[in-house]
Amino acid sequence: MRGFLDGLLRLRRGPWELVATVLIALGVVMLMQPFALWAYTWSFLVTLSGTVMFIIVSHFPE
Amino acid sequence: MTDTPADRLARATPPAIARRVRGLGDRAIAWIFVAPTIFLLLAINIFPLIWTVRLSFTNFAANRPGREVEWVGLRNYERILTDERIWANMQTTAHFLFWTLFFQVVIGFALAWLINRRFRGNDLATTLIVLPMMLSPAVVGNFWTFLYQPQIGLINYTVELFTGIPASSFSMLGPGGLAKWSIIIVDTWMWTPFVMLICLAGLRSIPDYIYEAAEIDRASKWRQFWTLTVPMVLPFLMLAVLFRGIENFKMFDMVVLLTGGGPGNETLLASIDLKREAFEKWRTGYSSAYAIILFVTVFGLASIYVKALNRVRER
Repeated sequence: MRGFLDGLLRLRRGPWELVATVLIALGVVMLMQPFALWAYTWSFLVTLSGTVMFIIVSHFPE
Repeated sequence: MTDTPADRLARATPPAIARRVRGLGDRAIAWIFVAPTIFLLLAINIFPLIWTVRLSFTNFAANRPGREVEWVGLRNYERILTDERIWANMQTTAHFLFWTLFFQVVIGFALAWLINRRFRGNDLATTLIVLPMMLSPAVVGNFWTFLYQPQIGLINYTVELFTGIPASSFSMLGPGGLAKWSIIIVDTWMWTPFVMLICLAGLRSIPDYIYEAAEIDRASKWRQFWTLTVPMVLPFLMLAVLFRGIENFKMFDMVVLLTGGGPGNETLLASIDLKREAFEKWRTGYSSAYAIILFVTVFGLASIYVKALNRVRER
């Protein structure tokens, strides 16, 4: 956990890609889940943030 | 000495051009060769994408080009993302996506496992299994529509033969909740061979000496399967899931031919609904926003899978 936070602070690719991946996966689940309309409403914003973040952080150093 | 076409071309090139080309660096020549491709990519892929993003913020209607286009901001996105009907379509797409991937991976891997054990008629079996994948989705759609016919279809008669339920008492593509599963069956039938082929490539890439070493270490077949076969086939399997996941998210032709999105909206996938909004209702701005939502979702998923694939390959 400490290594993960350290990686985030030092702008390392691994931890930031993990955050972006979680956001994308969460957004897709929110888009397609049958339980809450509010989750569907916010799904696109979450997926978009994750995707943009992924594109940016994939240029961070290892 | 033979006179090659390159020699003839060199002689035919006017001296002025030849001098100019001789003066170019490797980098400039590389750019000259790559430029047409980049131009085509920009014209065919990037420009329409940017234009779609722009249209998604307007109320543009392609069937009324003379009408003044109004900038509506995020209203199209807001309407789509609060519409319960579109939410239901997303759930239908998710149902289709999940079950087709599940069946294709399980059956595809099992078939690859069987085909990998060389037996008599192995090549013939592989050819027969791969056949559905080579057919056009239009042909498959028509072909299965006949198979699913309640009056003359083979499927209903087979069900009657085994269960006693009268063939004409139910319709695989009609109301009753079977239509969703019918399209899953057809897609699984058509695309399992693709997953099988990729898994087979993975299984055949595992060297025999690894299994021999495991045998010497007295590892059981079950343990060999979980600790050798599965991890080594996993990158291939993930590649198959990526391809099929993206393709099935965009699935259109086969479902249109089988059910047309019906009965009611039972099999109305997001792609079919998008086409209706764009080319039947002619709400171009609204459907552009819809398309961008689907695009971002597929793009995000593809990013995750590519990353996972690289991670597994590194391991």
